[in-house]
Amino acid sequence: MQNNFDDIIDKLDKGELWDFPGGVFPAERKTLSNQTPIAKLPIPERLYVTVKQHIGVEGHLIVEVGQKVLKGQALTKSMNPFAVPVHASTSGEITAIHKHVSAHPSGLPELTVQITSDQDDKWTQLSPMVDYQNQPKTKVLAAICDAGISGMGGAGFPTHIKSSPKKDVDFLIINGIECEPYITSDDRLMREHSWQIRQGIDVLCHLLKPKHVLIGIENNKPEAIEAMQVACRENPNYRVCTIPTKYPAGGEKQLIQVLTNREVPAQGLPVDVGVIMHNVGTCFAIADAIFAGKPLISRVVTVTGEAVEKPSNVWALIGSPIAHLLTHCEYKQTLQKQSNIIMGGPMMGFNVSSDLVPVVKTTNCILAPTDNEMASNNEQACIRCSACADACPASLLPQQLFWHAKAKELDKAQDYNLFDCIECGACAYVCPSEIPLVHYYRIAKAEIRVEQEDKQKSDKARDRFEKREARLIAEQQARDEKHRLAAEARKQAMASNGNNSKDKIAAALARAKAKKQALSEVDDKAIEATELAPANTSEQTAKAEVAEPATKVASSNQRVQAAIARAKAKKAAAEVTDINTELKDKDDASNLKDEQLKQPQQHIDVKKQPNKVSMSTKTVVTDSIPKAVETPPTEKPTITDSKQAKIAAAVAKAKAKREAQKAANSQVAAEPVSAAKVDNIKTVSADELVKTEEQQIDMKKRRIAAAVAKAKAKKAAEKADKSS
Amino acid sequence: MKFRLASSPHQHIRRDTGQVMRLVILAMIPGVLLQTWFFGWGTVIQIGLAIITAVVTEAAILELRKRDFERALKDYSAVLTAMLLAVSIPPFAPWWVIVIGTFFAIGIVKQLYGGLGFNVFNPAMAAYVMLLVSFPVQMTQWIPPVNLAQYSHNFMDALNAVFTGFSVEGFSLAQLKTGIDGVTMATPLDTVKTGLAQGFTYSETIERPIFDSVISGLGVASSWISLGYLLGGLYLLKQKVINWHIPLSMIAGLFICSLIMSLVDSDLYPSSLFHLFNGSIIIGAFFIATDPVSASTTNKGRIIFGAAIGVWVYLIREWGGYPDAVAFAVLIMNMAVPLIDYYTRPRTYGHSSSKRKSKDKAQS
Repeated sequence: MQNNFDDIIDKLDKGELWDFPGGVFPAERKTLSNQTPIAKLPIPERLYVTVKQHIGVEGHLIVEVGQKVLKGQALTKSMNPFAVPVHASTSGEITAIHKHVSAHPSGLPELTVQITSDQDDKWTQLSPMVDYQNQPKTKVLAAICDAGISGMGGAGFPTHIKSSPKKDVDFLIINGIECEPYITSDDRLMREHSWQIRQGIDVLCHLLKPKHVLIGIENNKPEAIEAMQVACRENPNYRVCTIPTKYPAGGEKQLIQVLTNREVPAQGLPVDVGVIMHNVGTCFAIADAIFAGKPLISRVVTVTGEAVEKPSNVWALIGSPIAHLLTHCEYKQTLQKQSNIIMGGPMMGFNVSSDLVPVVKTTNCILAPTDNEMASNNEQACIRCSACADACPASLLPQQLFWHAKAKELDKAQDYNLFDCIECGACAYVCPSEIPLVHYYRIAKAEIRVEQEDKQKSDKARDRFEKREARLIAEQQARDEKHRLAAEARKQAMASNGNNSKDKIAAALARAKAKKQALSEVDDKAIEATELAPANTSEQTAKAEVAEPATKVASSNQRVQAAIARAKAKKAAAEVTDINTELKDKDDASNLKDEQLKQPQQHIDVKKQPNKVSMSTKTVVTDSIPKAVETPPTEKPTITDSKQAKIAAAVAKAKAKREAQKAANSQVAAEPVSAAKVDNIKTVSADELVKTEEQQIDMKKRRIAAAVAKAKAKKAAEKADKSS
Repeated sequence: MKFRLASSPHQHIRRDTGQVMRLVILAMIPGVLLQTWFFGWGTVIQIGLAIITAVVTEAAILELRKRDFERALKDYSAVLTAMLLAVSIPPFAPWWVIVIGTFFAIGIVKQLYGGLGFNVFNPAMAAYVMLLVSFPVQMTQWIPPVNLAQYSHNFMDALNAVFTGFSVEGFSLAQLKTGIDGVTMATPLDTVKTGLAQGFTYSETIERPIFDSVISGLGVASSWISLGYLLGGLYLLKQKVINWHIPLSMIAGLFICSLIMSLVDSDLYPSSLFHLFNGSIIIGAFFIATDPVSASTTNKGRIIFGAAIGVWVYLIREWGGYPDAVAFAVLIMNMAVPLIDYYTRPRTYGHSSSKRKSKDKAQS
């Protein structure tokens, strides 16, 4: 499908070219400005250097207000590969760094360095690289990047990136088409500086190693063609191609089509078809940067239109307000009913909102037309004549795009390949109903972009939410499973009298239980119930106690904990008294425990520590009692803490005793159980007092457990608050 | 200082919709002149009536729709529609026929669909079909060319005939219709159709004495008028007001169909040239089917649209109930335009062919 390199060369040798569909032939009006040499302008008093003048990222400012700068001194710096610096266009003082009206259709203010010229125009230290051929490519590329060169034809893509492609390059195309009416800056540049442009091409050839170089120039610029032919005569690999004048032949995709009959795939780059294209102005700037070491601080700008008395091309310092250029070319505002200044050509340029808009690296023309020259838009209904479709160089159906764009049917507009529109304006130019078609496309494109961004955001949010839900469910399941295992393990441990257990309390508990079992001659069922209930109680109590030292300052919390402990003890006692409902109660108790565990867990989840959490879950559930005992030691409990803890323990004890007595009175079977509970509480409180001695397990585990315990305590406190 | 802000492009080609319409009207003039030459002032009176009705209707409805009617009238689209309808109806048709027709074309077919650019059907043809179906007698009373008419008529006669049905001297429309040989005039297409229906072959029909006068009368007139419109159509092509796709494909469609059939049986099927230069093929191809609003907008689509009209015309002429069929064919194809447009999208730069694209879509 793609045209073979040799076939292309054969055809070019015959002097034949391809064509692109559509296109229009607006009045050229180039002779207005291309008759005189490029003029030098006096240095403007103030320069407004916009920090970002290219596609990509802006650099960081490395200058400050009040600093003196020299001509060519870099104002920004960045390590980002998509950033190119901007430079001081003349020597002087930085008088402000603020937002200034930008050279953009929106005219929105952008960060700008304001330089007040000292009129000395003193250069900074320059470092040319004349022997670039012996330098590594990266060094040459770095020099181009440091010179702040970005595409000067229109889009302003960083040149060093375009010059370091990852694919082989068949053709390096130098774009000297300049198809927009009125503009002659490239024309004059080629006429006057063809040698330097050729030097720039040499540098690009060194970097890109293309098989062939094509220099495309429209046939309405015979002088430029001749100058370039003379400059490129020595190198047979450079070919100057005369292109028939048709707008927009200078569009990147169109020129590639005309010269090679290759089509850049949609959403692809020219290098995908083996082509790299650079503007002649960019070549000139590259030569400046390499051979003179000069950064990109000035460019040729056409100042034209019938509202300027002396239309011509000028060397404009980057950052010069356009008013400076217009004054020089004698702009007559009286020739316009309303000020109407266009930056760029009449087909793709944009109206500026102020004459303080600065010249930027992509500014090729300042157009001041009279009212008669440029028709005003007087939009009428579309009559579907499809003159637009006949004019479209991308073979789009502009009137369908317009229809869908106007009706906000954005998906359909995309279906009609809205994003393949290059906004050349050929459709709107021919439209008999004077519909500003491109304007509609721009709006639709912007809306689609916003929509896509929004969608991306919401997708991300949804994704996050779903993942979180899944995680929570998984954790819940894991927890439930562990609970079950833990309960079983506990049961087993108790059944086997707690041997092998490293858990002293559990052992003690088990011992106590065994004792009581021996003493009381109740049936097995009752024993089982008594075994479980105290286990729970003690666990909870311990937990409450752990919380005390952990939440050092919160004494109220501690009180709450104590209260909870009390309540628990009471409940447990009450539970065991009723043998008939023992099993149900047991379930309730474990449910309660589950809930308690669950909630702190979630609390921690939010802090995104899933691993730790699950780990701690495990430890807490399986060895809740020992953990509780072990955790506090790292932090020395304050006196009040321990005091309060003691008080709490005492109260709990007393409560438990009373309950036990009550229970004993009512039922014999319950007595030992209560006693055991009291024992438990005692043990635990005692443990708390001596916990500093028990540092047998490694610190890490302890810290995790502490965190869990803390969280749990907090949660429990909250719960207690709520319930009370 | 306030700056003007407008969207690019700032330059426009100096041709607006009004100019396009005026160019089309201009291109109609040779045909209209010839028609007047052959059939007298009736045509001019019909055009005048139609234009007045069209402009008044358009203005009134735009006013009702709260639109700027002065600006809308400047686009001349209503005038063009009126002219196309007026030249399609018999010159001495009663005044109310053209008034109702034009009102229908502008008020119903165009404005009720949203005005210029939004009508699905060609307003002139829709109105013509409405008139033909509603008032078949008035719509088929073609008069003989001036030089062959038994009773000559001047401007006042025509005016009177249109408004009262009688000329100044009191001749009725039926009398005005009578040819110099005392035979009521019919169009060649009609005559052939009738002849074939009566069991004559095509060659027999055209050899019948009655056909001589038909051919030398309406036949010649029709051919001349067609040539007039052909001239105008070529001018429009040269001015790039219309593209070649629709006229050429429409003529080719009819030509090829009639050629094949006349080769199959030249007794039953008239020759291609007979088809092309009789009836309203030329004006249809260059002025009616090319109406941009209701025609296809892609180049491929235009070819399909035009060719299909040609085929429909042939089908209806040969096997349908009406002697001529441009209006029906155009209306039928108007309905198919969205479909045609959808399936004939050109391949966009940088995209593989649209078929492959839809396949890709189906896969993804």
